[in-house]
Amino acid sequence: MATTPSTIENAGVVIIGSGLAGYTLAREFRKLDKETPLTILSRDHAGFYSKPMLSNALASNKTAATLVMKPAEKMAAELNAVVRSEVQVERIDIEVKSILLKGGEAIPYRDVVLALGADTLQIGLAGDGANTVLSVNDLDDYARFAQQLDGVKFVVILGAGLIGCEFANDLLHRGIHSTVIDLADRPLSRLLPAEASAFMRQKLEAAGVQFRFNVAVHGVNKTPTGFDVELTDSSHIQADMVLSAIGLRPRTELAAAADIAVNRGVIVNRHLVTSNAHVHALGDCAEVAGHVLPYVMPLMQQARALAATLAGTPTHVVYPAMPVMVKTPACPTVVCSPAPHAVGAWQVTTTADGCDARFMGVDNSLLGFALLGAATAQKQALAAQVTGWLV
Amino acid sequence: MKTYQCTVFSVTYDEAGGMPNDGIAPRTRCADVPADWMCLDCGVPKADFEMIEI
Repeated sequence: MATTPSTIENAGVVIIGSGLAGYTLAREFRKLDKETPLTILSRDHAGFYSKPMLSNALASNKTAATLVMKPAEKMAAELNAVVRSEVQVERIDIEVKSILLKGGEAIPYRDVVLALGADTLQIGLAGDGANTVLSVNDLDDYARFAQQLDGVKFVVILGAGLIGCEFANDLLHRGIHSTVIDLADRPLSRLLPAEASAFMRQKLEAAGVQFRFNVAVHGVNKTPTGFDVELTDSSHIQADMVLSAIGLRPRTELAAAADIAVNRGVIVNRHLVTSNAHVHALGDCAEVAGHVLPYVMPLMQQARALAATLAGTPTHVVYPAMPVMVKTPACPTVVCSPAPHAVGAWQVTTTADGCDARFMGVDNSLLGFALLGAATAQKQALAAQVTGWLV
Repeated sequence: MKTYQCTVFSVTYDEAGGMPNDGIAPRTRCADVPADWMCLDCGVPKADFEMIEI
């Protein structure tokens, strides 16, 4: 008697990626659907950790091992899921709804979710030390970074955005100083108005961080004791380590190879559906209704909506006001950016211990804010007034 | 009084101390925190805080 292979009969939800996006979705899905088979594929150990904690792990005395909140086996048991660690996805066959792993195994799916994350941007650097430049984009990266910190006194950090400033602050907890280099003229230039950047710069400099603005790194060369970093203005900085934090690029290759529409990220609508009805995406790899937002709060909103959709109740994602906490204890900062193309102007009040910046619309409504230092006490009150990006 | 830990950032909620900055008075038991409360740091709902023993 002919039988259908049980694997195809039981094809369920397959999540590719075991980062915060993948596991948060899995948890939300299991709250609503305890039966549908659930598989999580990971290219690493698949232990659950929180990526945002990597840039303040030194301050909290965390190691790569203690950053893992739960190992893969425990996640599998709690989620009633199959968690496959150390597997490489070769491609997705959307015609037969199957995921092909390196080595030849095929995993059928009812719905597949891309929770692939993002790669760190690489810039072409000259010099024989260029390939020793570190970036910390996942737990394995963090382990390498932490292992190499022994004996390090001074670090050059490329990029004065969120991650660069957070690492500069975190390294101070180990007594390690740094120079942060950025082509822009101020820290967090894409998130903060100029006065707020100036406030943050002053606080971080007072804590021991140095900045070099309006300049880029040309090359990195090895020296007998460390590295020589050459800047585009021909000046040089000697460092024991070079860390790159210049930005992220959503991982879109797997989707593009399956003829799924991609732009900056994997394109999804507010139901987190790609151009193929049974392929979904969320987190840092996704471009949701035109927005690529590699932050925790959007990811949480996406996971809740997609979990409901996958459990049978089509639900579109809503973005309320989503303040981003900047983990710079030397200058506590929370930013709730106005939507792109929002029409209005920043109104900034700076005192010795705080900076309160509000982006006001033409009708005097609050469209966004940045609060630094003592002004962060206002975050809850202001967040309640801001209209979200996707309502 | 018990302590709870967020599954995302390891933020802890200590019943004895509450979260006065987020509008939760000291000595508020977790059961008495509103069900729709979310951690303002990352939007994690109350349900995703797990009890830990200290």
